[in-house]
Amino acid sequence: MAQSYEMVVGLEVHIELKTQTKIFCGCPTTFGAEPNTQCCPVCTGMPGALPVLNRQVVDYAVKAGLATHCAIAPYSKQDRKNYFYPDLPKAYQISQYDLPLCLNGYLDIESPGGVKRVGITRIHIEEDAGKLIHDPQLGTLIDCNRCGVPLIEIVSAPDIRSAQEAVSYLKKLRAIILYTGISDCRMNEGSMRCDVNLSVRPAGTDMLGTRTEIKNLNSFQFVQKAIESEYQRQVEALTQGEAIVQQTRRFDPASGTTFSMRAKEDANDYRYFPDPDLPPILTSQEQIDRLQAQIPMLPDQRKALYMEQYGLSSLASETLVTDAQTADYFEKAAALCRYPRLLGNLITTEAYRLMDAEEADIPIQPLHMAALADLLGEESISFSTAKRALTELWQTDQDPRTWVQDHDLMQINDPAQLIPTVEAVLAQEARLAERYRSGKANALQALTGKALAATGGKGNPAVLQRLLKERL
Amino acid sequence: MTDFTALSVRQLVRGYAAGDFTARQVTESYLDAIREKDTAFGAYLTVTGELALAQADAADSARGREAALPPLAGVPMGVKDNICTQGVRTTCASRMLEDFIPPYSATVLNRLKGAVMLGKLNMDEFAMGSTTESSYFHPTRNPVDTGRVPGGSSGGSAAAVAAGEAAFALGSDTGGSIRQPAAFCGVVGMKPTYGSVSRYGLIAFASSLDQIGPITRDVFDNALVLESLVGPDPRDATSVDCGSVHFTQRLDEGVRGMAMALPVDLLGDGVDEPVRRAILDAAQRYAQLGAEIVEVSMPTLRHALPAYYVISSAEASSNLARFDGVRYGHRAADYRSMEELYRASRSEGFGDEVKRRILLGTFALSAGYYDAYYKKALQVRTLIIQEFNRIFERCPVILSPVAPTTAYRLGEKLDDPLQMYMGDVFTVPANIAGLPAMSLPCGQDGDGLPIGLGLLGKPFDEATLYRAAYALEQSGPYGGLAGKGA
Repeated sequence: MAQSYEMVVGLEVHIELKTQTKIFCGCPTTFGAEPNTQCCPVCTGMPGALPVLNRQVVDYAVKAGLATHCAIAPYSKQDRKNYFYPDLPKAYQISQYDLPLCLNGYLDIESPGGVKRVGITRIHIEEDAGKLIHDPQLGTLIDCNRCGVPLIEIVSAPDIRSAQEAVSYLKKLRAIILYTGISDCRMNEGSMRCDVNLSVRPAGTDMLGTRTEIKNLNSFQFVQKAIESEYQRQVEALTQGEAIVQQTRRFDPASGTTFSMRAKEDANDYRYFPDPDLPPILTSQEQIDRLQAQIPMLPDQRKALYMEQYGLSSLASETLVTDAQTADYFEKAAALCRYPRLLGNLITTEAYRLMDAEEADIPIQPLHMAALADLLGEESISFSTAKRALTELWQTDQDPRTWVQDHDLMQINDPAQLIPTVEAVLAQEARLAERYRSGKANALQALTGKALAATGGKGNPAVLQRLLKERL
Repeated sequence: MTDFTALSVRQLVRGYAAGDFTARQVTESYLDAIREKDTAFGAYLTVTGELALAQADAADSARGREAALPPLAGVPMGVKDNICTQGVRTTCASRMLEDFIPPYSATVLNRLKGAVMLGKLNMDEFAMGSTTESSYFHPTRNPVDTGRVPGGSSGGSAAAVAAGEAAFALGSDTGGSIRQPAAFCGVVGMKPTYGSVSRYGLIAFASSLDQIGPITRDVFDNALVLESLVGPDPRDATSVDCGSVHFTQRLDEGVRGMAMALPVDLLGDGVDEPVRRAILDAAQRYAQLGAEIVEVSMPTLRHALPAYYVISSAEASSNLARFDGVRYGHRAADYRSMEELYRASRSEGFGDEVKRRILLGTFALSAGYYDAYYKKALQVRTLIIQEFNRIFERCPVILSPVAPTTAYRLGEKLDDPLQMYMGDVFTVPANIAGLPAMSLPCGQDGDGLPIGLGLLGKPFDEATLYRAAYALEQSGPYGGLAGKGA
């Protein structure tokens, strides 16, 4: 039998902070401005210019740390990471090497085995680089607007074991960061970017294999595909007796596979050393307390509230709170609804099916969504009618009661009205009835389906089934 | 026509206030002097005559209208060419920045608003050197003896002041670059406490060591200029508020009862006899003035030089990485790839000494060597600071030579960088420990070449150094500028 392999994944997530000004100068950080209109001698690395740390960057990073259960370092420093690249004006990036601002946190995700805890090794602050624009006529152009935009890098422990877990981790992390208000986390604008470190090992062993790093993934889907394809590649290599080479790879969305960017031996020696232009960052307990007080209710607290207050499942609650906008929507509708648990399920299963993958916006008034859940809860409509109604409301937001009545889709719950149909079905489907009596339990499902169809989908399936059973 | 270039800064400031002469007259006088003499000395890389006259006129017309003028309004100065001046090319005496015109001015220039800038002064390329011979453009000659170097790296600054081509000059000091040329040219140089003068706009050599400071003809002028320079700068995170800066007010309080440390172990081998004698004479003169000379030994200081070359080269390798030919500065004409653009531009743009330091520093920071070099150098730094603190418990001033010799002949040290590095042995400890240190003329050798006395003080205690320096200066002629009657 073929050896089965387990993947070991750690994620490095870069998040741009939503400060008004850059990390080391007073230039604005607005996205999408004309190239090179938001820069100055400091962020373009002019000779003699010096960085001065924007204290708000520290505050925001500390908030990220507190929201992910990190310890905040009372003494932290900034280091230079030296390498040449045209998008890096000083030829070094100011980052943090051995004394990051936040350490040893975690966040909890939903996994098939229940709630899983993923460690966060560190969070540090650093500056973003500029953007290179490759123009076929003009050559390579540099836009320095992004130079010096503040970033935090959040490094997870290698606790992730599947592509799905990686996506759950990213969604949870994004939710937490969005709740704290320190970033927009827009993956399409690059304000949230992800690097994947992945290795594989024989299932059940503890050793770590040689890892590769897949750089700069800017959508959840790409993260998922890159992990799946890189896992396959490594497993195939090992199966064929090849060694994994430590290297940096890129994901090609067109082919859905990863390709090598550079091997470790070509890698830069970054020659990290403490930046002599910047004094150490001292963070007092008073400062931490002040920032802690500014952090609003976080996804996990909200999740616990949903489970307790509305009786929602852990998974449905997680799905709702992972997107603050949907959670807000749910809360508005739940206030108008007698069946919040059904409402939650309706949103997390059926509405999510209709949403764009990464842009959560429900085009139905909360009042109408609440009414739909109530119709379902009071058994006025069947679940299949509810699904049809939701698809309809998605296009033309309206009162679902009117729509259901207009289309004559009210569920028939009265046994007296259903008995004639049931008896007719039993008469017609004598063979199915016989099979049921001979012990084939699933024949009852088939009979219920026939009866439901005979009512034009309006009969209450549970009532129909009970009536059938009584007569078999 | 009166030659106003003979007047000190103090005399100029008084003369302006009294209406004896105008900034335009003085500035014209200096521009004439530069025209006449600088072909021989080569102190200037760029003379900004029109700008200087415009600034002089502005100072003169403001004097009529405004009550409170900046203290140095109308005083003509020269600026070392590693200090950024908006609209005026700033080269670091390097081919790399031959055509670089900064879009902004260094903070020190804003602090000296009202003063008149005559031009930009020659230096060793990127401030790396002790002779001003590594300038890409031309060497500067010592005004005392044009066969000699003016020292470096602020050789243009010291020479301009010594030659009467500027009333004062700004220099920068990373390992002695203000003090050693001041000593070689017989003028007064001060490297202030690290953090007291903003580095914003000073093109960095070694960020944790660099400081801007004044070079002047006498101690009073130096104190007066530094008063304008110091102060916290929101653009420099390493700048600090050093409190009272009225250095000129207590200059004449003398040294009676002041304990002065004389590290006798530093005066042994390697120090030329005339220098040694001049330092001991100065100590004796201080004793006569009522100071208490305390003989001490400072064994840790011999480690300062290697630590300095590791730290300064490491920081330089990173600071100078931005000169890559991409956004500004020299770009090679021929390249087929990004790698080649970098390599060719840097190979062509930097001179040998700069390349040597970049390579040294890159090596010192490399993976596997960091602990042995950079980290060890930082540990040595801590030990040196501790040794200074031990001395400062008793003595607020430490006396030493500035350089082990007087000015070298041109070309003498060019082929022997190690010998040249050894010349920094007395000056680098102050940079390593961030202390204020000055160079004061205290005699001359048999060839009439000036000798500088080094005075080192506690952090932010420039006032005491000035007081001590002033006392010695006032006690008699010393063969510096005053002694030669220049």
